[in-house]
Amino acid sequence: MNSVILGSSYIMVHAPDMVIHNGSTQTTERAVNPNSEYLKEIKNNLRTFDQAVAYLPNQAYIGNIAPDELAKYEMPWFDKPLEGATRDGRFGEIMPQDEFILLMQIVDAFDLVKLEKEFVSAAKSKLMNHPLFDEGLIGRIKEGEDSAAIQKYVDTEHAEPIYNEGQLVGCVKRAHDIDINLSGHVMFENLVSKASNVLALLNLVSKNKINKEEIEYVIECSEEACGDVNQRGGGNFAKACAEVAGFVNATGSDTRGFCAAPTHAIIEAASLVKAGVFKKVVVCAGGSTAKLGMNGKDHLKKGYPILEDTIGGFAVLIGENDGVNPEINLDLVGRHTVGTGSSPQAVITSLVSSLDKAGMKITDVDKYSVEMQNPEVTKPAGAGDVPLANYKMIGALAVKRGEIDKKELAEFTEKHGMTGWAPTQGHIPSGIPYLGFCREDILSGKIKNAMIIGKGSLFLGRMTNLFDGVSFIIEANKGLQEEKSAVSEEEVKTLIAKALKDFASNLLNE
Amino acid sequence: MSLLKDKKIIIIGDRDGIPGQAIEECVKTAGGEIVFSSTECFV
Repeated sequence: MNSVILGSSYIMVHAPDMVIHNGSTQTTERAVNPNSEYLKEIKNNLRTFDQAVAYLPNQAYIGNIAPDELAKYEMPWFDKPLEGATRDGRFGEIMPQDEFILLMQIVDAFDLVKLEKEFVSAAKSKLMNHPLFDEGLIGRIKEGEDSAAIQKYVDTEHAEPIYNEGQLVGCVKRAHDIDINLSGHVMFENLVSKASNVLALLNLVSKNKINKEEIEYVIECSEEACGDVNQRGGGNFAKACAEVAGFVNATGSDTRGFCAAPTHAIIEAASLVKAGVFKKVVVCAGGSTAKLGMNGKDHLKKGYPILEDTIGGFAVLIGENDGVNPEINLDLVGRHTVGTGSSPQAVITSLVSSLDKAGMKITDVDKYSVEMQNPEVTKPAGAGDVPLANYKMIGALAVKRGEIDKKELAEFTEKHGMTGWAPTQGHIPSGIPYLGFCREDILSGKIKNAMIIGKGSLFLGRMTNLFDGVSFIIEANKGLQEEKSAVSEEEVKTLIAKALKDFASNLLNE
Repeated sequence: MSLLKDKKIIIIGDRDGIPGQAIEECVKTAGGEIVFSSTECFV
């Protein structure tokens, strides 16, 4: 029987100082044009935590407003804060930067994160009130060091500085004197990814009332690489995160595939469960600091604040078919193959044409979850409305297949598509952001099925010029029907009786 | 006469728009000489 989606969580971390000091657009600008107007202006155009919390797409990401509700608001959204918005979401939460810096120390197993005493004291009291942080986690926070000691690590030992509200409040020390794979910079990025992943796992457990001890396997699917000079990218983020989250009976592994990795990972998890290897598998990922402020220059040019000021994370629990939750139909997996080609038409055809296996039309799928990037982030930068472009391509394919008329294209994109809401964190927006709403929409009967599509830019790794993508279908649970249609106990008895009768008759004949 | 014939062409494709390889195919048929081609990601 098909595996089912038992629950999911979605988290964000508001990280304005990391935009300035760790976003690749800003670090590159600082290297090539240190006196640029952009670097001077960026500080004045960062949002406060409350502004980031009240931002409509962020509220959608953590599950407080549904995609179709978001679509009712006319853009721009940044000047339309959601009244009464809170950091707590139905699917997760938005965490402020100071609490997150402490979380980086909580997940640090090698005493690399050094924090300043007064900062620790102020932020710790906040985190102690957080319902998901028990004594075990809080107990990992160290008392802290003098600011002079932190400054010394940064100035003389190549530590990566950590800032909060413009002040140096800590650092991540290098984990090796020579190995660049364990440099302060790399360790910082990996600890951010680990910490945001752990936050997603804690929320997954809490929001879905999961018994942590039942988790048998974790697949981590971010875009970071941990390892040393002899095994760059050796992993294993999955097990490292499972350890902090208290999944004592789990092991795990990392899956990579750029933005397509989460969709690959869900297919792998669903297969492992369906095959009976593991009963409960978590797919998860933390976020990226490099992508913070990636399109910031264009946002400022258009008079927008820096909108890419949040790190993303998610976790999904896949389990055995319970007869209730939506199923992952592994008979209808689409894939972009080596021979597919790179044109947008070829890519989307390869991912959607899996429907042919079931004789389904494109219009038979109620919702498509594609690249769900928030268009307010991408449009000012000239990348357009990414989800809409994908929906137009799928609609055009439906026209080509004679399943809809060309005139119905606009209606198709509205009916089968959604307005994007996810942060531009690479793997985070790719198909996966809809899983939380999708599960609810299928359980409530609002939709009967959905296709999740993940696409990945493999060429960025300079190992191949190929693109990549995979897709799968989620549909209403039909487990009970399957049981009904299976052979009944009476029929089994009849078959056994017949076999015995035949056997006896053969013996008599001999 | 093609606009691109015998011209040296630099191609920057967009992962969510038209990828570099697809533009390359168009440029080749129009007689342009591709000196650089790349596809970038902005999301």
